[in-house]
Amino acid sequence: MPVIFSYLFRRLAILLVSIVVAAAILFVLLRLLPGDPANALVSVGADPEQIEAARRQVGSDLPLSEQFFRFIFSLARFDLGASFVSHTPVLPEIGKRLTVTVPLTLMAFVLAIAIALPLGIVAAVKSNRWYGSLISVVSQLGIAVPVFWIGILLVTVFAVNLRLFPSGGFPPRGWARPDAAFDALVLPVITIAIVMSASLIRYVRSATQDVLGSDYLRTARALGASFPEALIRHGIRNASVPVISILGMELASTLLGAVVVERVFSLPGLGSMLLLGIEQRDYPNVQGVLFISTLLVLFLGFFADLAQRLIDPRLRDRSGGVAR
Amino acid sequence: MIGLTTVKGSTQNNRRMISRTAIAAMLLSALTAGAAAAADFDADATITIGSLYEPQNLDNTAGAGQGINEAFNNNVYEGLFRLADSGNVEPVLAKDFKVSEDGLTYTFTLQPGVKFHSGDALTSKDVKFSIERVTSAESKSSRKNSLKVIAGIETPDDATVVIKLSSRSISLPYNLSYVWIINDTATNLTATEDGTGPYELADWRRGSSLALTRFDDYWGQKPSNGDVVFQYFTEATALNNALLTGSVDIITSVQSPDSLVQFKDNVDFTVAEGKSTTKLLLAYNDRVAPFDNVKVRKALARAIDDAKLLKAVWGDYGSLIGSMVPPTDPWFIDLTKTDAYDVESAKALLKEAGYPDGFSFTIDTPNYDPHPIVAQFLQTELAKIGVKVTINVITANEWYSKVYKAHDFQATLQEHVNHRDIVFYGNPDFYWGYNNPKVVDLIKQAEASTTTEEQTNRLKDANTIIAEDAASNWLYLYPQIVVSAKSVTGYPLNGLNAQFFAGGIRKAD
Repeated sequence: MPVIFSYLFRRLAILLVSIVVAAAILFVLLRLLPGDPANALVSVGADPEQIEAARRQVGSDLPLSEQFFRFIFSLARFDLGASFVSHTPVLPEIGKRLTVTVPLTLMAFVLAIAIALPLGIVAAVKSNRWYGSLISVVSQLGIAVPVFWIGILLVTVFAVNLRLFPSGGFPPRGWARPDAAFDALVLPVITIAIVMSASLIRYVRSATQDVLGSDYLRTARALGASFPEALIRHGIRNASVPVISILGMELASTLLGAVVVERVFSLPGLGSMLLLGIEQRDYPNVQGVLFISTLLVLFLGFFADLAQRLIDPRLRDRSGGVAR
Repeated sequence: MIGLTTVKGSTQNNRRMISRTAIAAMLLSALTAGAAAAADFDADATITIGSLYEPQNLDNTAGAGQGINEAFNNNVYEGLFRLADSGNVEPVLAKDFKVSEDGLTYTFTLQPGVKFHSGDALTSKDVKFSIERVTSAESKSSRKNSLKVIAGIETPDDATVVIKLSSRSISLPYNLSYVWIINDTATNLTATEDGTGPYELADWRRGSSLALTRFDDYWGQKPSNGDVVFQYFTEATALNNALLTGSVDIITSVQSPDSLVQFKDNVDFTVAEGKSTTKLLLAYNDRVAPFDNVKVRKALARAIDDAKLLKAVWGDYGSLIGSMVPPTDPWFIDLTKTDAYDVESAKALLKEAGYPDGFSFTIDTPNYDPHPIVAQFLQTELAKIGVKVTINVITANEWYSKVYKAHDFQATLQEHVNHRDIVFYGNPDFYWGYNNPKVVDLIKQAEASTTTEEQTNRLKDANTIIAEDAASNWLYLYPQIVVSAKSVTGYPLNGLNAQFFAGGIRKAD
């Protein structure tokens, strides 16, 4: 027990330092971009006084150091502020966006695993058969194809021609109409799942291949276990350890990586909030989204670690060592 | 009151103007897609309007962007006046008004029986409050400047508003059409509303949609539909697909010419072309060499084949303009013959100006369509007269810092969307730095005119001079194309100032 506590404590400390470092990098990078958040508030025809008033309002007339301390202070109070442009508080808006992005990501994730696990294992076990090689080739292709292209293709076939699903957008009242909201997510989910499973298949395949060549599998076979039995009892459990850390990273990157898909399908998710925020130099929104997603990524890494320890007792026994 | 001229029902105080309005209105209703065809319509229909212009917030004095005009002008908020789709200024919440002989006192009588969405009655206090929001220090309204002539607002009784001016301003009613009348007790206007329009805000999901629902206590003509949903898209293709698949009924303004083919040859859709006010400009920094030289600017104007450019970008849509004034402005004159395409005379002019071997300059080009393609076109065209163009692509936000504020540029491409924006040429401090005292004076005098005829003549003169001076290079006027499902009719075609009145839209049963 104490081992797990010291482990947790260390993880939390790392988490905290990561957040502060991420916040500082974020702040600097945003200010390096040319432009001014006040620009999003004024239009052609504005006079110099109006522009100055806008700069005062968003605080871009202050020295950078002061802006930075204000930012860190409000973060410490967990106050993400309000958007410069829409004036809406950042945190509730992120919450609203997550009701699109989280279901989108999770569904795509589950679907991707459902596709990648069996296909990856088949590709490894039957690598000498034509379908085994085919899976490898197709997954390679899936990695090479840009995600927006798959999205556009799916829209053309299933929305514009077959009229099975909406081509984009999200119902105005969101999940108040679950069927419409779900329909709106079908094509985006498939799009992400295709891309995600393409790379997952390759990880599953190589992890399975490692296991296939391992001594313990040969031993299990020698002790009389059938091949499927040995594979399920010993192989999958061992192969899942590296795959889980990959899954954690994939899930984290999809949360924000969905930005392209959200754009293609005009979905009001976290990614589109980030993109618009960057275009408008709406610092509170950009900082808020990146801050929350940094948190999510760090937590996901943490949970992936925990999951690995549950699966693999060897990781648990190593006294308090951080996995990997 | 003694010595006042009464103007009822129109801001134009001569008869010819009114009859012209009537003709324009008739023409317009004839143009309105299939207006007569749809007699049977669903009075409670939900109209879904697809648009690329999502408002950034709900307050047009807080930098909400052009999207808020589209969604809210005359749908949720009304002004004392409105800019009708015909280009005329019509009274809305002002029942009538009087102007004192010196032109410095305007007395407005308010429409009786008007209620805000919250239930409060409209009073003169609300009008004063609303105008002062636009002229206040925090206001980010682009019309703040034009209302600076207001010296004071008085409210002698609940139905009367008196506006005192520091100098004559014939455009006051027009400028007031930009001022939303808001309940003076309303708060949190960036996320909620309290207007008098035919619709009230039902729901706003940022990044996605804005839903309006019919306001039952509306004082004027009831809308011919029940709900209006503006669905926002970030990609023109996604928007087109949404119309194709029936998830939106109308696209307010098509921005991708290539996509028109799929609607034009399809019996399920109506493609309607109206008049826009959006001009594409190659604006020079007239303060710096070589663009401080009229001959250089004229040479460049002659070297560019605008017709070829328009054809390349928009096919058969859009029109050519010879100056800043589009045909929907009352002071329009056809100036396309001024500095028309003529490469040989361009070369000669350049030689006269002292650049026989040409010169090189940089165009700061916004990174969104159609600017980058247009910049490349200009590069090829100007190479013909030995002028070398470097293209510098920047974001809209950078454009504002670099070009608009710092005037740190040689030339830039930009679309100017507003109606009646020739006035920018009367401001030598404007980003393009055009400074012709004659024009400055004419534009100032036009505003001080006593009759619209006087105003129109002065602005026509100013218009001719800026064209002769080639103050900027006006490349073309964007087309305004509305595409709808066949079942939907009664929408505005011109969309002046990016407005989109939804009250008259009908959806067949």
